[in-house]
Amino acid sequence: MTKSISTTNVSASAVNRATYLKHLLTQASAAADESTLPLKALRDQAIATVSDHTFPSGRDEEWRFTDLSDMLSLPFQRAAKGTDAHQLAFSAVQSDYQLASLNGHYRSSDSKTLKQAGVVVAPLSELLQSPDYTQKLEAIVSSRLAQLQGAEEVFTALNTAGFTDVMVVWLAADQVIEEPVCVVRESEGEAIAHLRTLVIAERHAKLTLVESFSGTGEATRCNTSVTEIWLAEGAQVNHVRLQDESAETFHIAKTAVDQAANSRYQCTAIDLGAKLSRHHLEVYQSGPQTDTHMYGLSALGDRQLADTHSLLTLIHPHSSATQIQKNIVDDKAHAVFNGKVFVAQTAQLTDAAQLNRNLMLSNKARIDTKPELDIVADNVKCAHGATVSQLQPDEVFYLQSRGISAEQAQRLLLYGFAMEIVEKISIESLRQSLSDRLTEWAQ
Amino acid sequence: MINDNAKTILSVRNLHASVEGTEILRGLNFEVKAGEIHAIMGLNGSGKSTFSKVLAGHPDYEVTAGEIIFQGQDLLALEPHERANAGIFLAFQYPLEIPGVSNRDFLRVAYNAHRKARGEEEIDVFDFDDLVEERSEIVKMDVSFLDRSVNEGFSGGEKKRNEILQMALLQPTLSILDETDSGLDIDALKTVSGGVNQLSTADNATVLITHYQRLLNYVVPDYVHVMCGGHIIKTGGKELALELESRGYDWLTAQEAVV
Repeated sequence: MTKSISTTNVSASAVNRATYLKHLLTQASAAADESTLPLKALRDQAIATVSDHTFPSGRDEEWRFTDLSDMLSLPFQRAAKGTDAHQLAFSAVQSDYQLASLNGHYRSSDSKTLKQAGVVVAPLSELLQSPDYTQKLEAIVSSRLAQLQGAEEVFTALNTAGFTDVMVVWLAADQVIEEPVCVVRESEGEAIAHLRTLVIAERHAKLTLVESFSGTGEATRCNTSVTEIWLAEGAQVNHVRLQDESAETFHIAKTAVDQAANSRYQCTAIDLGAKLSRHHLEVYQSGPQTDTHMYGLSALGDRQLADTHSLLTLIHPHSSATQIQKNIVDDKAHAVFNGKVFVAQTAQLTDAAQLNRNLMLSNKARIDTKPELDIVADNVKCAHGATVSQLQPDEVFYLQSRGISAEQAQRLLLYGFAMEIVEKISIESLRQSLSDRLTEWAQ
Repeated sequence: MINDNAKTILSVRNLHASVEGTEILRGLNFEVKAGEIHAIMGLNGSGKSTFSKVLAGHPDYEVTAGEIIFQGQDLLALEPHERANAGIFLAFQYPLEIPGVSNRDFLRVAYNAHRKARGEEEIDVFDFDDLVEERSEIVKMDVSFLDRSVNEGFSGGEKKRNEILQMALLQPTLSILDETDSGLDIDALKTVSGGVNQLSTADNATVLITHYQRLLNYVVPDYVHVMCGGHIIKTGGKELALELESRGYDWLTAQEAVV
């Protein structure tokens, strides 16, 4: 008897998941129809891809620890432009290059674009109207947009089916931008939005990209985000990702990176907000001697969940990679880490190290960590480790013995744990702002 | 420096303490006056380190009987940080590493905690920088160590120097140096000892906990105590340390066994 009830439930929820994904796809297509981007072929392909999927459940290995079923009862509608007239600004970083959007809709009033021979920082919607959008540039964009591996993943495809605009950053060969390029993503109201960013650094180009995701109000919402980053030979991209969404947000994101020979990519991803956040960080290689650094920090409380899924695929020799993911979980929060590293037979002399450190501040918090190293090459150096711990009483006592109260000692230790990641960020004002934010968080 | 008229800083009477239910300190009596340097020697397991941790208030050690009066205050009633702010300093045998917290920030937070406890204003970052750089010279520590994480990647000698730097900043009334000489080469030992001597005044006192006589060549004690079985079994002058060095502890511990 019990068995038959449970079977009924499962199939009911399966139907529900199929319907729900269909609903999201309908909303995505409608959003795409409203946008002016001439991307019909790309959209159609994405729609077909999504149609082949069902909405993920705990039975999917990729979603084993991150339960999306709370979304099923939330019939999100596509996001309207938003009425909030307040200025979208990223106070932590001042820059002459900023692309701002509210609910995925580009806001020119809060943006500072650049369209010149060697550098483009602009939304695709505006580029299409611009005389600077040459055939050559159009060819560059269309050969890269939604062309990275992993595009068939369900939320990536959903994003492709429904993004309203694409924030485009393109640097011609040898172009170097010292100031960070800021992509500011803000959200309001109850809706689903699909955020898309495309970054292309040609040969030996160099830039710092700062993405910030935040929201206002208590409304339940969902943002999917896909950022594709292409590094040509010798290019360098320093990427900072700051996810500080409002408390009732589902944030499902992907950063997909392609690294050509001798390129250097660094990602520092900070997750502080959202009810549920997922970040897929996927790095693919198209040449030897790449250098990859993946740093992440999640600091969570209440019933927050943050999931970092990374994939590093090395198929060329002489590359180095470092990954450090740190999670702090308080209350009933839940952090998930799944770090896949694939070192093919052709990727000899790889030097890779992965470390996942977790700090549990409450016995009701939860950590799931799953390092996955698949190493086929035989002449490589690959290290990995994962730790889960609480604040060490001896460390607290050491600080106490110097006159620091137990509470302040704990805050200092938390701060120290987190700052190891924050210090990887090269922008001082942002480090300072995060340091203040983490001090506040630790209170 | 022994001065019979000096005021008593620390008075320990009939102290019993246990860790995880095992009694380690058994009726310890110990008194320190201002200006004095004491050495506590003894074999492993005699209770020396336990005594230092009990003084600092380590939560793993439970005091089951006796009292500790520090400058007229009941020390056992104070939290560890309150003891530190009242003037107790323990230089750790194994100083802990605190990744992500710069030495400079750690020292400033500790220094300001002391000031706050005394009802003084917190010192600002710039004044503190001047102060800490000046104090670093006492232990000949390169200022670059201030911007590294607390003790992280420091060698044994650097960690001990950092302990003495903390002592130089916090200016405690009673410093307890737990095996500060262990793991030091001769140059580091001289530097650390020089720092301790420089900080020693007529108004404060130092307790050196050590296995070996070597440290006592550089920091000359007024009293040498031998600890065994959780209390002090013999007290003498600095010559007692030399005697222990040549004769070992057997002649004393044998007597103790008979008692």
